[in-house]
Amino acid sequence: MYKIVKRDQIADNIFEYWINAPHVTKNGCAGQFVVIRIDEHGERIPLTISGIRGDDVRIVFMAVGKTTQQLAALQEGESIQDIAGPLGTPSEVKKWGRCAVIGGGVGIACLPILARELREAGNEVTGIIGARNEGLLLLEDELRNACDELVICTDDGSKGHHGFPADILKEKVAAKELDAVWIIGPAIMMKITSMATLNTGIKTFVSLNPIMVDGTGMCGSCRVTIGGETKFACVDGPEFDAHQVDWDELMNRQRTYTGQEKESLEHYHEHKCRCGDH
Amino acid sequence: MNRRPVEERLRDFNEVATGLSKESAVLEAKRCMGCPKPLCVDGCPVSIDIPGFINAIAEEDFRKASRIVKADNMLPAICGRVCPQEAQCQGTCILGKKGKPVRIGDLERFVADWERENGVEAPETAPTTGKHVAIVGSGPAGITAASECLRAGHEVTIFESLHEAGGVLTYGIPAFRMPKGIVKFEIDQVLALGAELKLNHIVGRSVAVDELLAYDAVFIGTGAGLPYFMGIEGENYGGVYSANEFLTRVNLMHADKFPEYDTPIIRGSRVAVVGGGNVAMDSARVARRLGAKVYLIYRRREDDLPARAEEIENAVQEGVEFVCCANPTKILGGPEVQGIECNRMDMCELDESGRPIPRPCTGVDSTFTLDVDVVIEAIGQGPNPLLAGLIPDLKRGRRGNIEVDEDGRTSIPHVFAGGDIATGAATVIWAMGSAKKAAASINKMLSEN
Ligand SMILES: Cc1cc2nc3c(=O)[nH]c(=O)nc-3n(C[C@H](O)[C@H](O)[C@H](O)COP(=O)(O)OP(=O)(O)OC[C@H]3O[C@@H](n4cnc5c(N)ncnc54)[C@H](O)[C@@H]3O)c2cc1C
Ligand SMILES: Cc1cc2nc3c(=O)[nH]c(=O)nc-3n(C[C@H](O)[C@H](O)[C@H](O)COP(=O)(O)OP(=O)(O)OC[C@H]3O[C@@H](n4cnc5c(N)ncnc54)[C@H](O)[C@@H]3O)c2cc1C
Ligand code: SF4
Ligand code: SF4
Ligand code: FES
Repeated sequence: MYKIVKRDQIADNIFEYWINAPHVTKNGCAGQFVVIRIDEHGERIPLTISGIRGDDVRIVFMAVGKTTQQLAALQEGESIQDIAGPLGTPSEVKKWGRCAVIGGGVGIACLPILARELREAGNEVTGIIGARNEGLLLLEDELRNACDELVICTDDGSKGHHGFPADILKEKVAAKELDAVWIIGPAIMMKITSMATLNTGIKTFVSLNPIMVDGTGMCGSCRVTIGGETKFACVDGPEFDAHQVDWDELMNRQRTYTGQEKESLEHYHEHKCRCGDH
Repeated sequence: MNRRPVEERLRDFNEVATGLSKESAVLEAKRCMGCPKPLCVDGCPVSIDIPGFINAIAEEDFRKASRIVKADNMLPAICGRVCPQEAQCQGTCILGKKGKPVRIGDLERFVADWERENGVEAPETAPTTGKHVAIVGSGPAGITAASECLRAGHEVTIFESLHEAGGVLTYGIPAFRMPKGIVKFEIDQVLALGAELKLNHIVGRSVAVDELLAYDAVFIGTGAGLPYFMGIEGENYGGVYSANEFLTRVNLMHADKFPEYDTPIIRGSRVAVVGGGNVAMDSARVARRLGAKVYLIYRRREDDLPARAEEIENAVQEGVEFVCCANPTKILGGPEVQGIECNRMDMCELDESGRPIPRPCTGVDSTFTLDVDVVIEAIGQGPNPLLAGLIPDLKRGRRGNIEVDEDGRTSIPHVFAGGDIATGAATVIWAMGSAKKAAASINKMLSEN
């Protein structure tokens, strides 16, 4: 069992948990993830490592379906059954020169640890974050500290630039201000944003989020097509060259269980009502 | 072996084979001639004293029988159930030359089940040595190596990346063939000798390579868990599974009980399983239990199927339809599976293993399609690449397996390996046999320095 040592809600429907897991924190770094299972009946779901402090690992998640809602209902001091990790290949942190780290929605949570590592490696780092509205922005202060510069965007203009991170990225690309870019967020956002660096020679990484089971390379559920080749995102990735990704295939595969996910959530709410909130 | 009726077993995941009663076990044991040069023993990869334990059954001294088996095999309830006996001990039994071989596997299972119900004797262990052995992987190889090192008095830590121990026994082989309670029971017996089991620990990640190499000795038993795919069009449509994924969803994650358990699975109304080994049979029979019509597509003839004979019979009884001499060329549909296109195969000259080489037929009627909504690929697995690839001086073979000598030594002096990671996908008892040799080398090395 692994204890939730700190729990906060940090934006609309978005939660920040610190979980005691020394085996994860010991060697974990930016770009890697954990797989958690809440209890005996639980599904194994992947969540990015968003921070490390001593023996505690931070995860930040949006309560979208059965597992993440159940996770959000846990309290500080309670425990989850399993957390495995760190999984996946770390981000390619080295001296690139000028880097941009771009986050959309809950993907913003992956940036602080990455920005810090990039700066420690001698890079100049610009953070660009975007959300639908102000209420969905997260970890702003922490990111401002971790980056040399931070640009905020909202789709509705409620804060910062009225528009998308892609707009800012385009400007920086045009001004030849970048050597490497990371884009982390929903698949569609990564697909569209990464177009800004197509054919510019700027190395562009995205962090793919296909459906996973074990997260250790044993099942192939997470397979994605990169430059025409099949790769397992959980071991070969999750970060890949944005311009090589077959985005449509990824998005189709993410929808494989839409019906069951709905059923699972309904079953959860029904069950919760019947036995009360205990 | 007695089996539960088909209609009943298709409705659940309980064990199909019901085992021998005491009377029939004794009767069967009396058939053994107690050969002075027992050929059966040559067929058993761990050389169990087969006539010895069978004689004890005939004398109704089941405790003695159990001690004899356990001297060479710590997991008899598992091997009795899943060994391909027809290719091993029973394949070489002298009685098989003219009639039916002694049912050695069933007798071994009987003894193990008897012991489980009548109290287990803990094996003797040597005084503690203060040496610490790291075991990577808790499949049959890792568990066997752990048991041998514990008995020699060493401290043992087992690392397992999944949330349950057992390797393929837990996530791969379905409960109707290998009840999970029995796997757990046999593993717990080994753990009771004092091993520390660390679940959710991926060695190479949670435990860095230099931390691993700091142990006095290391045994790597990470298995052949990497699923191969055919590389045909349509393979990444929703509804195409590797057998590993399909079986893991059901065996480890209990997707058959969705939504009571959270992990989903596409049940499929018509399922095509590609392959002909144990993994393919297991996938086909699980799919039947999830309610689908199931085709098993195999490129050679029915006689060439490499699966255990008993499982092929079971699959036939359970209504799996065999489509032999056929090879898939394309999965139809997108983004979901709508069918599978196959090429009929001609059987040509024999290969080194004595089986015919299948070649695609040409001309009219050489292709056909099956209308299916799920495809499960069970065409083989490769060595788990993660850890082996991270250890700099570890010599590996062409397919990525760890190279070992006869005694389980790798190219690094205090690192040993066994099981599927060394041999490529093989069998439970081969994994145990090679782990035992490696553990003997570890114990020898640690006693010398
Ligand atoms: C490497 C990786 C890192 C991730 N990091 C984060 C993170 O830091 N924060 C965060 O909020 N989300 C993250 N995700 C997504 C997160 O795993 C899913 O949101 C979560 O599994 C949803 O589970 P659910 O039961 O609550 O929702 P469901 O209703 O089951 O599903 C909602 C959505 O999540 C996806 N999903 C469902 N099950 C899985 C699964 N087993 N594996 C992957 N995706 C699944 C579905 O495609 C669907 O779009 C990450 C995914 C991957 C692959
Ligand atoms: C579906 C199926 C059916 C089968 N049926 C039969 C049968 O009927 N009879 C038979 O004899 N054989 C059968 N086999 C083959 C048999 O199961 C294997 O040969 C045997 O399990 C190999 O044992 P192992 O210990 O080498 O590896 P595994 O059983 O694969 O165990 C390896 C373990 O190591 C863990 N691991 C891997 N990498 C790491 C890491 N880096 N850190 C920590 N842990 C790690 C894995 O999670 C796994 O638990 C079958 C196999 C399958 C897949
Ligand atoms: S371990 Fe397997 S091969 Fe050896 S005697 Fe038992 S069933 Fe036969
Ligand atoms: S070969 Fe057959 S008959 Fe002879 S000892 Fe072995 S099991 Fe008995
Ligand atoms: S999640 Fe199973 S192989 Fe990647």
